[in-house]
Amino acid sequence: MMSSKNPEQLIIIGNGMVGHHLVEQLVDNGALERYQVTVFGEERHRAYDRVHLSEYFSGRDADSLALCEADYYATSGVELRTGEAVIEIDRSAHEVVTDQGRYPYDRIVLATGSFPFVPPIPGNDREGCLVYRTLDDLDAIQAAAENATNGVVVGGGLLGLEAANALRGLNLDTAVVEFASRLMPMQVDNEGGELLREKIEALGVQVLTERATQRIEDGDNSHHRMVFQDDKVLETDLIVFSAGIRPRDQLARDCDLEIGERGGVVVDDQCRTSDPAILAIGEVALWNQSIFGLVAPGYQMAKAALATLTDGDTRFGGADMSTKLKLLGVDVGSIGDAHGNQNPGARMFRYLDPLTQVYRKMVVSSDGKKLLGAMLVGDNSAYDTLLQYYANRIELPDEPASLILPQSSGAAPTLGPGALPETATICSCHNVTKGDICATIDDGAVDLGGVKDVTKASTGCGGCTALLKSVVDHELEARGVEVDKSICEHFAFTRQELYDIVRVEGIKTFSELIGKHGKQDTHCLGCDICKPAVASILASCFNEPITDAAHVPLQDTNDTFMANMQKNGTYSVVPRVAGGEITPDKLIVLGEVAKKYDLYSKVTGGQRIDLFGARLEDLPDIWGELIEAGFETGHAYGKSLRTVKSCVGSTWCRYGVQDSVGMAIQLENRYKGLRSPHKIKFGVSGCTRECAEAQSKDIGIIATENGWNLYVCGNGGMRPRHAELFATDLDDEQLYRTIDRFLMFYVRTADRLQRTSVWRENLDGGLDYLKEVILEDSLGINDELERQMQTVVDTYQCEWADAISDPEKLKRFRSFVNDDRPDPSIIMTSERGQLRPA
Amino acid sequence: MTATAMKKEMDTMAWQKVCTKVDLVEFSGVAAWLETADGPAQVAIFYLPGQGNELFALDHHDPFSNANVIARGIVGDLKGAAVVASPIYKQHFRLEDGQCLEDEDVKLRTWKIEFKGDEVWVEG
Repeated sequence: MMSSKNPEQLIIIGNGMVGHHLVEQLVDNGALERYQVTVFGEERHRAYDRVHLSEYFSGRDADSLALCEADYYATSGVELRTGEAVIEIDRSAHEVVTDQGRYPYDRIVLATGSFPFVPPIPGNDREGCLVYRTLDDLDAIQAAAENATNGVVVGGGLLGLEAANALRGLNLDTAVVEFASRLMPMQVDNEGGELLREKIEALGVQVLTERATQRIEDGDNSHHRMVFQDDKVLETDLIVFSAGIRPRDQLARDCDLEIGERGGVVVDDQCRTSDPAILAIGEVALWNQSIFGLVAPGYQMAKAALATLTDGDTRFGGADMSTKLKLLGVDVGSIGDAHGNQNPGARMFRYLDPLTQVYRKMVVSSDGKKLLGAMLVGDNSAYDTLLQYYANRIELPDEPASLILPQSSGAAPTLGPGALPETATICSCHNVTKGDICATIDDGAVDLGGVKDVTKASTGCGGCTALLKSVVDHELEARGVEVDKSICEHFAFTRQELYDIVRVEGIKTFSELIGKHGKQDTHCLGCDICKPAVASILASCFNEPITDAAHVPLQDTNDTFMANMQKNGTYSVVPRVAGGEITPDKLIVLGEVAKKYDLYSKVTGGQRIDLFGARLEDLPDIWGELIEAGFETGHAYGKSLRTVKSCVGSTWCRYGVQDSVGMAIQLENRYKGLRSPHKIKFGVSGCTRECAEAQSKDIGIIATENGWNLYVCGNGGMRPRHAELFATDLDDEQLYRTIDRFLMFYVRTADRLQRTSVWRENLDGGLDYLKEVILEDSLGINDELERQMQTVVDTYQCEWADAISDPEKLKRFRSFVNDDRPDPSIIMTSERGQLRPA
Repeated sequence: MTATAMKKEMDTMAWQKVCTKVDLVEFSGVAAWLETADGPAQVAIFYLPGQGNELFALDHHDPFSNANVIARGIVGDLKGAAVVASPIYKQHFRLEDGQCLEDEDVKLRTWKIEFKGDEVWVEG
């Protein structure tokens, strides 16, 4: 309910991750009843995921990095003004001034974040000297990279290595220049830094430490020459500065708020600045002399700010800066006092394996009981356990060294979820404790998804996914909840298990399956859940016609009659138009058939033509005419391959780089008739302009100069999801082989009615695991997956052609067994020159 | 009730042959017209060979969608009772008495049905 009073004006300056999190908190906690919220974002994009910024060069775009749907602000009732920079806070007039106007405020939250520090080196403003912070920065780097063969990152810290990864992604010869004596000096010590250097150099990135750049000038062979303190030089085309960040506190300085000696807006436990009407959160805020340059503390500040704005109790009390990273593919972890220099008397345990390049270090209290800090390079697998020992002050085992020794030297005592106290923080981004998770389960959550929905745990950085799952599983088990994944009351198996049974035992009919493996206590009919699921499994495995007598009672009505039932009991008919390519003659036939049988005609989203309003008894005649003209069934009724949408490609388009229509037709003809857990859609685009919208499909293919980039697990529909880049520059054969494996693996392992997008989100190990299985054959099943797909391809036959040649099957297409008259209750009316249900 | 009226009711309520065994689909349904006291009715006929009760006749009309489609639903059993699922919005109806499992206020009409040799007879 809206408050009857005039709402207070709350202005949030900054639309980064922390500013956006505050908006979510305000929306979720009913604060919009009290405040009219306006958010100013200087960038043109709405808030996006800066943690994963470097993925922008490996296929993700601004939209997929965005933290919310495009209409989130509008539908939540928050005004978001992107591309509008605040230039002044006028505290005497209580107004915020932008380049476009003045806005009155009652409260302000500063969430302006930080800016990259560019060292004061002569020549640092030359063209091609850039920074790495925003999407626009990345666009600038990408543009500059087009005329570059090599690039240098100044700064070997966390962000510097991220930037180096981005330059590698642009195929530049990359070097990192660090002032200190090792990489990541904040997080690792000399041993760790040396190991990190070896690993990163092995990736082809040049690492130069103890280098202070004196000046940047014209190069002989490249655009720039960097001159160092010892007059050594390095030539490069492109320079990215990533030498640390500084709080963006200028607005606060200009309006005389209290600023720390080395920058940052001073805030108290409630995130209030020296003017209580103005709050500050995130990397601009200085709390207890500290700036917190990670997202999790920023989120905690946002929660404290919410409490301040809504008279709640939550306070910010500092944050743990432990962090787990994967930089250039190298694991780096840092927990607490990793260097051991904040705790006098602390003892160190070190393990260094120069062969596998793994380094682990623990900082332990002088009595050997408590973990004070830890450092990991090359392998973060011990991170979760060590963090729990540290964060929850759990007493260490008698031999603490066992925590960092390799597994083979004895069973490493991993800290099971049962050993964690209720107060243990599982997800630090959303501050979810084990106690919160237990409460959610006690309130009725029965699985991981339910717990995630309620608590938001593991929806931030995702670093706690595995830990969360083990806690949820453990707690469910402890409550005696056997997570029942039975498909229905007739089988105590999941779809995946049924699939394996069918394959291994070669079971070819539903009655055999339910006879051998159904639950004993029911009689053997099955139901509308298990019957279509088993029908789909049988079709995926053996590809017998679904209208065969043994299979027909299993099918949903759409499969039974091979057409899509509409709301008045009539059907729609969709012949296959592979790749959306159709001859004029075939178009004319479609028109003639539609006219003859009075069918409403509409072009579908999948580039074919849907004919609606066909009566059951007319279906065989309609298909007779279509097949005569060379059409075949389009499986629009099946959980199977639907369409392969394509743009016109290099044959006509002046931008196209490959024949996308040709490829689309090849693919559609290869996979047509494949029955799967849910429908499957493909798209093939002839260039990066992506006119076929391939990234919204289960399988998306985008042409490159060198072949095809493959994207997987996208979705349009109710929950849109961008497909993820899976493999690049494949040739035709590689593309078919990869898709063969991918689709068969999906068919094997997905739940019933689970689209590839949801399947992928539920897959333990995520995209990396999928890549291991499909691209590296980690399970050793790829030959089998390819063979299975080849069987499906080889046994394809048009179901409609099969049905109309069989009088027994045609008997089914009678509205009434004792009367030829059509159903008189189907009544049509005319609209825009066509028929529709009355 | 007069003798004539009684005679007429006897006639329309009489057993009628609607089809033969070959018209049926095992473990599934077909639709047929039936003459009843209230006029012609569309009837869904289900055939479950080998079960105690092999034949069932109930309304072909689906009250939730108002379309005549019940014969085209999937047959199964839920908690021990044979049912058909409407192909439109998937509600389940008990074959024995037409009761909807999702909504106790909704019940399909049922008719007596049996084989006479290979012929299928329904009491209208």
